[in-house]
Amino acid sequence: MNQSDNSSDSTLILKAEDLKQHYHVKQGLFKPDAVVKAVDGISFNLEKGKTLAVVGESGCGKSTLGRMLTMIETPTSGKLAHLGEDLLTLSADAQAKLRQKIQIIFQNPYGSLNPRKKIGAILEEPLVINTKLSKAERKEKALTIMAKVGLKTEHYDRYPHMFSGGQRQRIAIARGLMLDPNVIVADEPVSALDVSVQAQVLNLMMDLQEEFGLSYVFISHDLSVVEHIADDVMVMYLGKVVEQGSREQLFENPKHPYTLALLSSTPQLSPDKRRVRIKLQGELPSPLNPPSGCAFHGRCSYANDRCKSETPRLRLDSEESQEQGHMIACHAVEENRIEAIAAGAA
Amino acid sequence: MSLLQLENLSVTFGNFRAVDNISYKVEEGEVLGIVGESGSGKSVSSLSIMGLIDFPGKVSADQLTFDGQDLQAMPEKQRRKLTGSDIAMIFQDPMTSLNPCFTVGYQIMEALKTHQGGSKKELRTRAIELLTQVGIPAPESRLDNYPHQLSGGMSQRVMIAMSIACDPRLLIADEPTTALDVTIQAQIIDLLIELQRKKQMGLVLITHDLALVAEVAHRVIVMYAGQIVESGPASEVFSTPRHPYTQALLASLPESAAGKARLEALPGVVPGQYDRPLGCLLSPRCPYATDHCRKVEPANQGDLDRQVKCHTPLDSEGRPAA
Repeated sequence: MNQSDNSSDSTLILKAEDLKQHYHVKQGLFKPDAVVKAVDGISFNLEKGKTLAVVGESGCGKSTLGRMLTMIETPTSGKLAHLGEDLLTLSADAQAKLRQKIQIIFQNPYGSLNPRKKIGAILEEPLVINTKLSKAERKEKALTIMAKVGLKTEHYDRYPHMFSGGQRQRIAIARGLMLDPNVIVADEPVSALDVSVQAQVLNLMMDLQEEFGLSYVFISHDLSVVEHIADDVMVMYLGKVVEQGSREQLFENPKHPYTLALLSSTPQLSPDKRRVRIKLQGELPSPLNPPSGCAFHGRCSYANDRCKSETPRLRLDSEESQEQGHMIACHAVEENRIEAIAAGAA
Repeated sequence: MSLLQLENLSVTFGNFRAVDNISYKVEEGEVLGIVGESGSGKSVSSLSIMGLIDFPGKVSADQLTFDGQDLQAMPEKQRRKLTGSDIAMIFQDPMTSLNPCFTVGYQIMEALKTHQGGSKKELRTRAIELLTQVGIPAPESRLDNYPHQLSGGMSQRVMIAMSIACDPRLLIADEPTTALDVTIQAQIIDLLIELQRKKQMGLVLITHDLALVAEVAHRVIVMYAGQIVESGPASEVFSTPRHPYTQALLASLPESAAGKARLEALPGVVPGQYDRPLGCLLSPRCPYATDHCRKVEPANQGDLDRQVKCHTPLDSEGRPAA
């Protein structure tokens, strides 16, 4: 079983400190390289059995974050610790061992499964690479996990094309579970699925979380799904966290203008849940040429000169007590300009 | 008279019925939402209205009229004149619906030239006017851009500009915002609704996003496996669904569940070509199905304004009728 079982439920599984991922982009022979700050200084704590949701529009760096957490990519700087062990300073061998404990599920189940391999082979591949189990033991393990995710024994010898989208995502989840991970990074796991199937997969993920004590990093752009599954939420905009807090804080007391706009743009089924639509002008700016100061100032109706020149730091919300950890990066919130303007409008 | 009226429209590909005897109508100035999961026939049914179903697909209908004109009896040439000008369509993926080899301006002017004609100068002025209407900043310079130079939201705006170029009376939007981010989705939907109100167009909004339809549509049609299972005014369908499928779809949305409770997922998947059940198509997945449901296909109950295709429609408390 997992080494983490000897400790209490609030074990810190994953701790990230000021993670950065900068890419150099060639712009031509004589121009200097441009730097894309895909992820620029992200910190969070993930406890055992909890779900951290990362929300943002495309291009905000949420998938890059997922790739760093699973060590597919090495961060430019920052610290990443799994159960207190720093993942980035370890030797290659030790890193390979720890990689088993952090697994990833990708967005598109049609692209993430090798069409030439049978389900059995897909599921056993992690075991072949990482363990010394015999063939029979591998098959037994694969069949156990398949049963856990709701696949039948006869599916073992089938190819991915014989499955529907929801079933394929089950296979992808099963593959993620093969090495008894502590953390699963789920990169938009349900966005390619239909509503009724999406509910099945979400239920499955929550059941597995309870059974195995898994921690999820749940990357999504769908706020209604996030509201349902997350314990903590992190809202990203152009590589930076703009607001971070528990689900209740984010959904019941959102503060950052971008979070407010995201929430108001999400269509709601029941008329009483609908918020006043905050119209955002324009689109996400290019990360190659980010705006000065607060990256959001070009689309924000509360922006003033300070927002254009000075980058806001992520700080604790002054109104709530410090322990609750609701963090916001916004000058307007800090200076209480938002309430003033909203009150003036009403 | 309704703007668009369909009666028993079917689309078949060989032995496979992608759309199975659907009937609905769209009035002028009305927003009709069509919802359903993938494979439910919502796109194919709208393509058949546009006359875009190619061999081996076959379209048949008892009635298919646009503004009183029979679309089936009409000569091919006349129908082509109608589609693109009076009936226009916006497709799902703006990045692939635009031709990458031509500038945006050329593609908008092409549509204008075919349907309205005019000198180069007039066409250009009109194209700039259209781009301004859909909220594209600096339209003069955008005309000479190629599609790869535009973002997803911009491309979708260009697609909308093209579709409203000839002042259509009916606009079919097939998942216009599925490929876009939420904040951009909100912008595009607001734009569509604003245009629809201004021009009093009929708008058919096809989507799988129930909440989106609940917010903007006047009437809604729920499709399942090629059939219309329920239709009616949007507020009624979403507050008191009469069909078990609509009820299950609504229950499976994350926002219907409190806290971290399990979602009420409908078991199984939409039946495909080879696993169509006998009787009611929902019967293998329906919690209320009886032996009667598994043998006999239910008929549509009620008139076109509030229709439900079920032997035992649900009452206002969500229980099946005895």
